[in-house]
This record gives sequence, C-alpha cells and structure tokens, in this order.
Amino acid sequence: MAANFISRRSVLKSLSMGAAAGSVLRVIPLEAAEYVHHLIADEKAAKAGDYMPKFFPPQQYKTLQTLCETILPADVDAGGAIEAGAPEFIDLLTSENPEYQLKLGGGLMWLDSTCTDRYGKSYLGCDAQEQKEILDLIAYRRNAVSDASLSQGVGFFSFLRDLTADGFFTSKIGIQYLGYIGNTFLTDFPGCPPVPGV
Amino acid sequence: MSQLIPVRKIYDVCIIGSGAGGGTAAKVLTEGGLNVVMLEAGPVLNPEKDFKEHIWPYELPHRGAGVGGGLRYQIGDEFMAPNGFWEIEGEPYTTAPGSTFRWFRSRIEGGRTNHWGRIALRFGPADFKARSTDGMGDDWPITYDELAPYYDKVESFIGVFGSKENVPNSPDGVFLPPPKARCTETIIKKACDQLKITCIPSRLAILTQPLNGRAACHYCAQCGRGCMTASNFSSSQVMIPVAQATGRFTLIANAMAREIVLGKSGRVEAVSYIDKTIRSENRVYAKAVVVAASACESARLLLNSRSTSFSNGLANSSGVVGRYLTDSVGNDLAGYFPQLEKMPAHNHDGVGGMHLYMPWWRFGRKNDFLRGYHIEFGGGRDMPGVGSFGGVCARNEGYGVSLKQKCRSSYGTVIGFSGRGEMIPNEKSFCELDPNVVDQWGIPVLRFHWEWGENELKMADDMHETFRSIIEAGGGTVLSNPFPVQRPRISEGGAIIHELGTVRMGNDPKSSALNKYCQAHDVRNLFVADAAPFVTNADKNPTLTIMALSWRTSEYLIDQARKGEI
Repeated sequence: MAANFISRRSVLKSLSMGAAAGSVLRVIPLEAAEYVHHLIADEKAAKAGDYMPKFFPPQQYKTLQTLCETILPADVDAGGAIEAGAPEFIDLLTSENPEYQLKLGGGLMWLDSTCTDRYGKSYLGCDAQEQKEILDLIAYRRNAVSDASLSQGVGFFSFLRDLTADGFFTSKIGIQYLGYIGNTFLTDFPGCPPVPGV
Repeated sequence: MSQLIPVRKIYDVCIIGSGAGGGTAAKVLTEGGLNVVMLEAGPVLNPEKDFKEHIWPYELPHRGAGVGGGLRYQIGDEFMAPNGFWEIEGEPYTTAPGSTFRWFRSRIEGGRTNHWGRIALRFGPADFKARSTDGMGDDWPITYDELAPYYDKVESFIGVFGSKENVPNSPDGVFLPPPKARCTETIIKKACDQLKITCIPSRLAILTQPLNGRAACHYCAQCGRGCMTASNFSSSQVMIPVAQATGRFTLIANAMAREIVLGKSGRVEAVSYIDKTIRSENRVYAKAVVVAASACESARLLLNSRSTSFSNGLANSSGVVGRYLTDSVGNDLAGYFPQLEKMPAHNHDGVGGMHLYMPWWRFGRKNDFLRGYHIEFGGGRDMPGVGSFGGVCARNEGYGVSLKQKCRSSYGTVIGFSGRGEMIPNEKSFCELDPNVVDQWGIPVLRFHWEWGENELKMADDMHETFRSIIEAGGGTVLSNPFPVQRPRISEGGAIIHELGTVRMGNDPKSSALNKYCQAHDVRNLFVADAAPFVTNADKNPTLTIMALSWRTSEYLIDQARKGEI
C-alpha cells in the first residue's frame, strides 16, 4: 500500500503541469491550495501564547477548561481536550451565538449554584470527590428522570460533552488518537485491506 | 444630421442559470455556433479561493462548524463548496399552512453541481412509461430509446464510473472503471448477497481515469468541497470553460432574472434581471431563451412573467406551471458493526461518495407499493468532523478516559443507509406565487404546498425494514435513537433536493407546458432545460437526465435556428 502514497510535492507538480498542457479547463494549480494551507498554519503559529477568552469571564473559562479536560482527559495514548484546543473552540462559537451563551454561560452558573447549595463552594472550590459526585449526577439522562431538579444540569453537560468531543476529535491530536489515515493524494484506491472476517 | 441610435446587442440565446442544465446548454449551443449569454444569480466561482480541499478541521478556527456553530449537524459544513443554502438571506420562500417544504438553492456559477453527490443514474425504459405500466401519473412524451444517445454523449463527456450489470430498468451506461470497495462496503455487499438484494458498483460522475484534459481522482473523498483538479463533475469546471473557449459565450454573474419579456410577435425577446451588485434592473436581448434556473426557480420565473397574452404566467395557458411538484422519498437508518472495531487503521477515503449501491432490485415484482427505490450507504473511517461523535456521546454518556476510549473504539463502526424512492405526483403538492411576499429584489416568492401520498409512506416503511434486515444480516445492530423523539417516517418534502416536475413536458398542450423537445407549446422560442420538464421522478437521481435532456433540447434548438424557425 505504501507504494500508492506519492509525495504531495510531486503530485502538485504533476497535476499543475497537466493543467498547463493546453486545457481550456479551469484546473487550479494546487500550489495555490498549498499556499493557503501554509498561510493558515503560519497564522496559527503566530497566535500561540496565552489565550484571551472572547466570551467567558476568566473564572468561568477556568471552569470550562476543567470540565472539558474532565470529559476527555489526557491519558497514556494522547493529550486531552485542553491540549486539543477544545475550550478555545467552544469559547469562539459561544462568543458568536446567543443560544450557546445561554446554554453554556447559564449552565456554568447553574453548576456553581448547585455546588454552592450542596457543598457551600463553587465547582472549582470543591474537592475531587465532590466534583465527581455532581458530575456523576449530571452526566446521565436517567438521573434527571429520578430527580427533575437535575434536568437543566443534565442538558448543559450533554451539550458541553458534544462540543468537547467536536473540539477534541477535530484537533490534530484527536484525529491521530482515532487513527484516521487519509486526506491525501493516492494514484489508486487500494480498497479494503485483507482482514479476517471482513 | 442623422441621429445616433444605440445598437442593441441581440444574442442568439439567453440561458438563465448555470447549473447542470444551463451549463450543458451553454456547451452544446456555443459549440453549435450560437452566441450565448448566460445569467447567473450568484457570483463567478473561484476555486482557488472558494474550495477548501485538503484542509484539516483544525486549520479553521471554527473547525468546520461555522460562525456560532451554525453549521453543526447541517447538510453542509464550512468545507462545503460555496453558496449552497437552505435559507438565503433576503430571498425567502413560504409554505402554506399545514405544509412543510425545504428548498436547497445555490447562488454561484455552476449552481448545485458544485454541491451534488455526483450520483449519475440513467432513468430506465419503464420510468418514461409510468402510466402505461401501472396506471398512475403520466407517460413522458419521449422514450428511453430517444434519450439514450444523449445519455451516451453526456457520460462520454463528463466521465461516469460504473459497471455493466444488466439490472432491469437501471440501464448501464458508458462507464469508466469503478473504484474498489471499502471495508464497510464489502461487509454490506455480503449481507446483500445473502438477502438477494442487488449490490453493485455505484455510478458517479467522478473520473477514475484522466478524461478530456481533466486529471483522474486522487481519492481524498472530498468531492463535496469542490475539486481543484476538476476530477469530479461540476458545470462550473467542466461545461462553462468549454463554452467560454468558443469565444461565443458571455456570463453575467450576480444577475437575478425577474421576468422574461414577450415581444409583439408572440415570441420572447428579452430577459429583465436585477444586477445584484448595484441593485438595479437591466435587460438582455436574445432570439431564444433557455430557462434552467432549477425546477422551482424556473416555474417562479414563468409565473412572474405575466403579460396580456399570459395573465397566469408565461407559457402557462395549460395552468400546469408549478404543479406536479415531486421530491424523492427519503428514509434513513444506521447500524453499528462490531467487526469494524477490529479493523486496522487504513485509508478509507476513496472517492467523495459510495463505491457500491443498491439499485431497485424488485422491479417487475408484486410489491406493497408502486414504483421503487435505490439504496445509498456510507460510513466507516471517514475524516472526523464536527458532529461525528454526537451519537456515541449520547449513547454512552458519562465522561473521562472510558468515554474517550469508547469514542475511539466506535470510530468507523457505523454504516448509514438512505433510501431514495419515486414519488407519484399528486394534486396537493405544488408551488405558486405567494400573493403577499416579495424578496429583497422585489420579486414575488414561491409558496409551497406539500403532502406525501400513501404510496410514498408505504415505500418509506419498506425502506426502513430493508435497512434493518441488511444491518442484521451484516452482523450489525440498528442504532436506536437515544432520545425520546420519534424518528420521522419519511423525509420532509424538498429535503432530498430532487424537486422537479413544475414545468412538465407532454404531447397535449392542455396538460403540459412543454413539448417533447422541452420547447414551450405556447411560445416557440422558449425552452426549459432543468428538472422542471420531468414527468416522473424515478428512483434515480435527476442530474444525469437533466443533462441528457438539455443536450437534446440544445441540439434541437440549433437545428431550429439553422432552419430559420427561431
């Protein structure tokens, strides 16, 4: 299968030469695509450093980061949601969407109020056992069925879990963790590799 | 001193719309020697700037989810080729009370051929003979044999892969070799063999070999983003450049056609359009007009072109314009296939679409419903994207390393099935002008009326049961909806984006607007070249037939022009 992978550079070269060979078709030189690609990469590199949240106040953003990392934590195989940039991604979307602002901004407030009611402290002020206790309550729909006062929290957590998964699994480390292979140039599609049972 | 009279430029043909139908007409008419002007309601396509091929999600700030997450769980994300929309700001449409209808429109050079699934299926002989076959609907005024040579021409020019199979009423075409099956497809093929469901290489307008100066596919699975190497078919990259090369083609972009102007002779002589860039009206003159704005948009334009001769809309003495609106019957179901968890990491991309599909395999048998459907399916180790893990998160809930691992082990294990079936036209499904609403250009908008018939509902149920049996035969389990919401039994009207039939053709001017050449019965220099002329909405996606019909209409138009008839 390795023989099917040819270098991106050589494909770009051969494709753009083919396009130049008197075709009337508007085939775009792929150098242009690569140029855009680098531009974005450079821009991202320049932005590295401390992230300034666009929507969440600093304390809330810390809670958001903590929750994201708890949902998809770093483990022996890969980094977690923070390394994947999930909190930045969620903050950006939220800054642009009043519905998200209500669901997430309000949801984080709900979490802190509920923790204050139960433990006399905000979520970040709770110890690990207390945090686990409240999360175990709002991480499952069935708990809202037995205790209706949890339903807002369950809805909030489910929404945040989806967004965290979006942020993690669209990141470079998330995609690597899954083992996605592709988004490349093949001269031929090899089909399904031989696997017993398939 | 003699007065200077400005010379009015008169083109041979004005084409309205640059998609599958308009693009094909532009190619054939200009190559046939005619001078053509084309009006396109959106901007010119600029692949370099507009296409996001090979970009990773993490290279975009919104990861593909769009501003404010507006594109999460939508049909298209940020990566999709530009300017295809469910809603266009300033260009609304309405639905009658009790009706739901969705209308996907595109405003860009090439229209929806920039976004389509590239599924290129011929209609079969029986699809042109619906009424003769089962007594419902109507026959086309042409037969399969009359259209077949044009299917040949289109396929030879645009490139379609497939295989010769002799499936009844799903004719073979001029095919490039099909790509090899993916793992997911191998599993489903085996299940279908067990169930005696025909499962064969799909037929997509994607090049597996170089053709007419276009490079072969490089298997990145991103056709929907637009292809920089034009290895898949879009009108913007395949038809329009050819027309431009003749030197007889003028494209006017950002031009929203408002009215087709009838001259004193009873023929159309001009098209009035709004130049969107300066919000003012302009007019272009031509000896013939080809309307190819998409079925409903074309009906809207005719209905808005009223005159003393045609108080109900141009070429609408029959009253059928806007009527006979159909869409494909849709139903979806997904399954989880545990054997895919053991699959080693490998490149699963392939072309931007399925490599295998199931044509209607029960043709000619006694079924619970009339007509048929085909099955499309996909899934597996696709590039992860926003929304890819919503299902696994909802099913597993919780958080932590166990959730992370569950996401990984379930990655690539889901295969989704979609049925696409034939709807029989009914009196309750149509579009008309809304008497109270205009768009931002002052043009009255469409109001949709929609109701599925009993036949369609039965067909959707049958799809569902078929999907279930395929999933189970393949060793999978049906993924149940984790939320207490009922799965809709059938897709919403318009949602499959195969809306058509609104300016139908026929031999009888009392029950059809166009003759067998898609020429208006009422106005001989007016033609329609999109899916509006279709008499049936067979279980085959309409685009290939749009192109074959448009090619045929264009050749007829050239012939008429040579004879001095136009």
